[in-house]
Amino acid sequence: MIEVEHISKRFGSFAALDQVSLKVAQGKLVALLGPSGSGKTTLLRILAGLEQPDEGRVRLGGVDATGLGTRDRKVGFVFQHYALFRHMTVAENIAFGLKVRKGADRPPVAAINQKVHSLLELVQLEGLAGRYPSQLSGGQRQRVALARALAVEPRLLLLDEPFGALDAQVRKDLRRWLRHLHDEMGLTGVFVTHDQEEALEVADEVVVMNKGRIEQIGTPAEIYDSPATPFVYRFLGSVNALPCRVAGGQAQVGGLHIGEGRADGPGTAFIRPHDVEVLELSPDLPQARVSQVVVLGPVVRAELELAGGITVEAELSREAKDRLGLRRGLEVSVFLRKARVFVGENV
Amino acid sequence: MMSGKAIREPALVRWALTVAALAFLALFLVAPLVAVLAEAFAKGWAAYVRALSGDDTWSSIRLTLIVAAIAVPLNIVFGLAASWAIAKFDFSGKSLLVSLIELPFSVSPVISGLVYVLLFGLQGLLGPWLVEHDLKVIFAVPGIVLATIFVTFPFVARELIPLMEEQGREEEEAALTLGASGFTAFRLVTLPNVRWGLLYGVLLCNARAMGEFGAVSVVSGHIRGLTNTMPLHVEILYNEYDFVGAFAVASLLAVLALVTLAVKSALEWWHRDELAAIGH
Repeated sequence: MIEVEHISKRFGSFAALDQVSLKVAQGKLVALLGPSGSGKTTLLRILAGLEQPDEGRVRLGGVDATGLGTRDRKVGFVFQHYALFRHMTVAENIAFGLKVRKGADRPPVAAINQKVHSLLELVQLEGLAGRYPSQLSGGQRQRVALARALAVEPRLLLLDEPFGALDAQVRKDLRRWLRHLHDEMGLTGVFVTHDQEEALEVADEVVVMNKGRIEQIGTPAEIYDSPATPFVYRFLGSVNALPCRVAGGQAQVGGLHIGEGRADGPGTAFIRPHDVEVLELSPDLPQARVSQVVVLGPVVRAELELAGGITVEAELSREAKDRLGLRRGLEVSVFLRKARVFVGENV
Repeated sequence: MMSGKAIREPALVRWALTVAALAFLALFLVAPLVAVLAEAFAKGWAAYVRALSGDDTWSSIRLTLIVAAIAVPLNIVFGLAASWAIAKFDFSGKSLLVSLIELPFSVSPVISGLVYVLLFGLQGLLGPWLVEHDLKVIFAVPGIVLATIFVTFPFVARELIPLMEEQGREEEEAALTLGASGFTAFRLVTLPNVRWGLLYGVLLCNARAMGEFGAVSVVSGHIRGLTNTMPLHVEILYNEYDFVGAFAVASLLAVLALVTLAVKSALEWWHRDELAAIGH
């Protein structure tokens, strides 16, 4: 169990974290998701004790760890650029955490070797024990870094952009592999990412961060289906953000009734492209003209021009496109399955 | 191999450049070295040995070794401490510290020596206090050591600061998360990562410590058998028209430089796999 209470951290005049509170339950894998500069890496480094917060507390397993040094926190940290010891072999890297233990805590040499061997097996790098980090590929280095962190049996595993420096295919494979590994070992883990797909695929819970604050905490489905703020809407997946007016509790965009607003005034309506249904022209529904059609493999993206010159993006299947005979200039009707309106200027 | 050909110069140009470089080396490096050895052995092996076996020569060799034995270890300690602080921590006044470390390189060695005379000399700032306590710095061994330390100050630090800055802090942080103490991280991670830079720094520092002339000349007082280092002794012998003696001592300094180079190359060859692995 990790508890972060009202953490603030400033670097000069820049507020990296502003009153951030967060709980991570035992055994969960949590993603800190946000754009660069959102404070996610700073939060991770504070959890590891590599940075000290200006305000607030960190509790690990119910015990206040705010003043505790990095070496006493028993956390495993996997750095973005791996930070492998370049002058040590793979085996020496993995053994490091056990070898630096003092006195009775240090396992005998045979036990260390045994541990290194089983970790190499776990990360599927048997046979590379004698290599130096510079002789490994990015994906291999990443796995060595993970094995090294796991060697000390940390109570918490922290990963900073664990797949950020890898190419797309390796990234995908490692992502699944990490998820499996986590399920098998039952570790509590927190990883930082700016890649929404990564967060949604790997994490049990996603913490969306922006400008040093937490925007939303939830399961991947909750975060995607019911974003709590305009920022989360924009940051996760593609979305139509349409300026609208709310009057009498009803929001209108380009003659299209799009939902309910809580208060009257200007606002923004958020609609996912796959919630925009394109139908044959019908007098009962609002009309639009197709201004562009792009086929992206299995899905089709269409740009629709509503009355008043407002453009909406719709996503539909190849099948639906063929059935409608979708092409530029076609007049169609539009139905919005789901929309969310945020009232206020500049949301 | 289109790309290889495209960047290759015509044979004539390559040949001319190589010859020019070799001629330059021969004229400015090899010729003086040969001249030193030729002069040293001009009157035969026996004269060479006799020239080196004088008491004053021996005391100058001993003093040079003592000075280097004090200045080099101090330089290692200071260089490691300064570069560790500068590369791994943030603090205000960091750029000022970097400029200060470079200072001895931009000041003429003679000035460096004079500064010590002004500080510790009889008429100097601390002069009366030193006399009172019967301490002799100028025209004595302590002055020579101080001047040498000042002149060699930047060698190790300058070698290590860019190296450590390039390597960053992440490996040390990784060591901390794995349970190492700050000192263990320094010993097992930082030090091995910079050991080649440290070696080059030490070799350069040692060569300069033994070969320094200007600063030492000002503070030494040239007392034969007492405050003469090898470079000063060479000058004295030369001024006394004892050419065999002057060049014999000079040949020792020259051989020291050659041995240093040879040791460095041998170490690099010996550890070539490791050097390739850590990306040097």
